[in-house]
Amino acid sequence: MSETTPSRRTPLYDAHVAAGAKIVDFAGWQMPVQYAGLMEEHRAVRTAAGLFDVCHMGEVRVTGPGAEAFLQRLTPNDVAKLAVGRAHYSALLTPEGTFIDDLLVYRLGPAEFMLVVNAANAAGDLAWIVSQPHPECEITDLSDETALLAIQGPRAMAIVTPLASMDPSTLKYYGFARGEVAGVPALISRTGYTGEDGLELYVPPAAAMGLWQRLMEAGREHGLVPAGLGARDTLRMEAGMALYGHEIDRTTTPLEAGLDWVVKLDKGEFLGHEVLRRQQAEGIARRLVGFEITGRGIARQGHLFRHGGVEVGAVTSGTFSPTLEKALGMGYLPVALAAPGTEVSVDVRGRELPARVVPLPFYRRAR
Amino acid sequence: MYPSEYRYTRDHEWVKVEDDVCVVGVTDFAQQELGEVVFVELPEPGQVFDAHDEIGTIESVKAVAEVFTPVAGEIVEVNEKLQDDPELVNDDPHGDGWLVKVKFSSASDLDDLMDAEAYEEYVAKGKE
Repeated sequence: MSETTPSRRTPLYDAHVAAGAKIVDFAGWQMPVQYAGLMEEHRAVRTAAGLFDVCHMGEVRVTGPGAEAFLQRLTPNDVAKLAVGRAHYSALLTPEGTFIDDLLVYRLGPAEFMLVVNAANAAGDLAWIVSQPHPECEITDLSDETALLAIQGPRAMAIVTPLASMDPSTLKYYGFARGEVAGVPALISRTGYTGEDGLELYVPPAAAMGLWQRLMEAGREHGLVPAGLGARDTLRMEAGMALYGHEIDRTTTPLEAGLDWVVKLDKGEFLGHEVLRRQQAEGIARRLVGFEITGRGIARQGHLFRHGGVEVGAVTSGTFSPTLEKALGMGYLPVALAAPGTEVSVDVRGRELPARVVPLPFYRRAR
Repeated sequence: MYPSEYRYTRDHEWVKVEDDVCVVGVTDFAQQELGEVVFVELPEPGQVFDAHDEIGTIESVKAVAEVFTPVAGEIVEVNEKLQDDPELVNDDPHGDGWLVKVKFSSASDLDDLMDAEAYEEYVAKGKE
């Protein structure tokens, strides 16, 4: 996005300001980074519930008799196995098998899909998708007519259920249904980016503010708080989830990022197939790992790993974990150093902090 | 909000002069901008610095801020409580959340600092 493009506001902007949010520019949007405090919001999502404005995400509809075949070629996961009413995690890959973006694919009907992509990449993704041969397909950008609220945490279902026209707890994880929430027509999706149970609600922008307020009112007795991008980032990190621009980008492949389960090499040709097939046969050189800092300090994106005095990789995300109360992060290490228990160090502004490779995710909710 | 007997820097630190020693901390504005502080890294007593040298870091969950010494001199004491209770920086930035005490070598370093009124204007201007 060029510097002269004014940043946009979501339909919920006034609610954030009224709630005392600190607003930052993110991917061309004026978004709440935190309200009362990142730690408090993070802990509310782990123990009660948080409400997130994620209207900045991009949505693209792909319909027509050629839609399935088109998405089979465009993305590495197996769209043929995706049932109507289900979504799956997938990616847009270059012919070299690296990430243009990661995304969710929703199967709305036999020949109707919705792709949900990162705000920062939305314009580029759409241009890429349209540039690919798409016979018997219609591609429509739905971003401007779609608002998205995420309600996440152990109390999320209890808050939404009394307001919903269908029982959302009957949805499987990554299942969705059309219905109403507080009278607002919604695509109700049991998905999220926090490592907790919860829902994402796709609604018309004009109804978003009313729904936000109804959810906040209904959630008060359950401990629902508005949660910002800051908490969203620490929550996804604890859950070991990749973020574009950090763990995944145009230099990394899904196999390196530990996203092997998204790559269905047997389904037939797709963009990046050849490179990924070869990479799987020959083995990858580096792998995404989780690590914790065993000294005092916090590693951040771009800090370098060292082993025996030699630079061996870089940190992609790092934070202090509000749940585990220690500094942790993710980054790429040579496969030989990627096993849990391996001791490395991280150069944090000239200080060598000891770190240990640990399994991902850092946090897994009790079920 | 900002104690009138303190002096303030453009880096959002405060300085309280006690004889030939400066107590240094970060301002309430700075701690608000940082968010919840989780680590404070400070120098060792006995280390000597020039004015405006970086002497440590304060890390919150999302951000890191450098600590500078506003005056040249020797570190005579650091706030050991911050090792275990870094959140003191948030809870009491102008008091128990102090960072270091510096024995200053030249009182003229203090001349550049703002008084409380000027600092409040400086903060208000930055917010516009």
